[in-house]
Amino acid sequence: MKTVSSLLDAAWHERYRKISTLNIRSSIYDVTNRCNLRCKGCFFYSSNEHLVAEEMDPAKWKAFVRREKERGVNLAILIGGEPTLELDRVEIFYRTMPTYCATNGQIKVPRDRFPDMMVGISLWGNEEDEKKLRGKNTFAVSLNNYEGDPNAYYLYTITPNQVGRIEPVIRKIADGGLKVHMQLLTNDEEVEGFSWTDDKLAAIRVEMDAMLESYPQAVISCKYYHEVLTTGKMLGRSFGWSECPSVTESMDHRHPQPKRLIRFIRWASDLKTTHRCCTSATRDCSKCKDGAAHMSWVMVNKRGHLDSTRDLQNWIEVYEIFAKLYRFIPW
Amino acid sequence: MSSGMDANALMTRIAEIIIFELKLEDITPETFSCDLDLVDELGVDSMDLATVVLVLQDEFGVMIDEDDYPQLGSIRKIAEYIQHKLENT
Repeated sequence: MKTVSSLLDAAWHERYRKISTLNIRSSIYDVTNRCNLRCKGCFFYSSNEHLVAEEMDPAKWKAFVRREKERGVNLAILIGGEPTLELDRVEIFYRTMPTYCATNGQIKVPRDRFPDMMVGISLWGNEEDEKKLRGKNTFAVSLNNYEGDPNAYYLYTITPNQVGRIEPVIRKIADGGLKVHMQLLTNDEEVEGFSWTDDKLAAIRVEMDAMLESYPQAVISCKYYHEVLTTGKMLGRSFGWSECPSVTESMDHRHPQPKRLIRFIRWASDLKTTHRCCTSATRDCSKCKDGAAHMSWVMVNKRGHLDSTRDLQNWIEVYEIFAKLYRFIPW
Repeated sequence: MSSGMDANALMTRIAEIIIFELKLEDITPETFSCDLDLVDELGVDSMDLATVVLVLQDEFGVMIDEDDYPQLGSIRKIAEYIQHKLENT
């Protein structure tokens, strides 16, 4: 029988040991239903999630976050809307449990209030794409706000238009002393020219691999993640509704039940409504290119990666990426 | 289950349940080391454990709280846990 010890040498086993005890229990929270941008293709708007009401009472937020901690959540992933519009709510999470804040980077998270909170800055491409999809060049503003910040990184959502053109973006981030993690745009609003084809997916995979080799200090990724994300395949299975691990537990009635994130819930900003999954309930799951969902897919399938040394090493590398991005282990 | 079940028989039965529920291949109850770390060595996760626990609860008539999962790290530890529960009910 294959066991972890029989597959790994001492160095890899030490890496495995560091992550195997983390037991990450994440949930996702819409901190607000408002945003200071209106990006074409944003699932929050395309699935009308912004229409859910917003709880305004700080005492109710405090009680809610306390209940979440008691429920066993040990990683709060704050999204929105734009969380930095409501920093008092962000602080309630930050003071209670390990917290990650997604932002478009237009408002700087004050480091005197949040000295070590991991901040993930969204980026949808170069200046041209940013203007087309987000209405302005957010990159210049966010880079100015976070340059050199050791607890911030860019979540670079690569669009099909970016194929062959991601290197200057990665270089700019690396030159700014920041890390970068890549995922792919899911074209929820069917913006013309922003849908993936098999050829473009194959090309971007090669390019992402090349960035990993050219900027190893800046790019937080691994080739197996690129493979799974671009092909939508893992261990011969296809990503989609029947496989996705990031489905709200109370709304998950799938049979058979796939491997999933234990206790995962995505909460709306009214603190009552739950959303189906980590992205959009109107999304065609077979076309989903969400990076965290694909990493989680790998992570919850540990035993499936015990067939060979290479499989288990792949699993370890993906787990390490996730653990770094959410500050469970250092860069 | 009889509380007087022999410890070795109990561990063999637990091994059978784990092998069947987790669809493990290349292993039999006889070759399944009782001290093998299920989580660190076999890659068993919380969802796997929950699956096994449901069957253990039914078969042995004990309640196993999720907070107790860290105590279920090997076949021997599961057997000791069940025996302790049975002796205290």
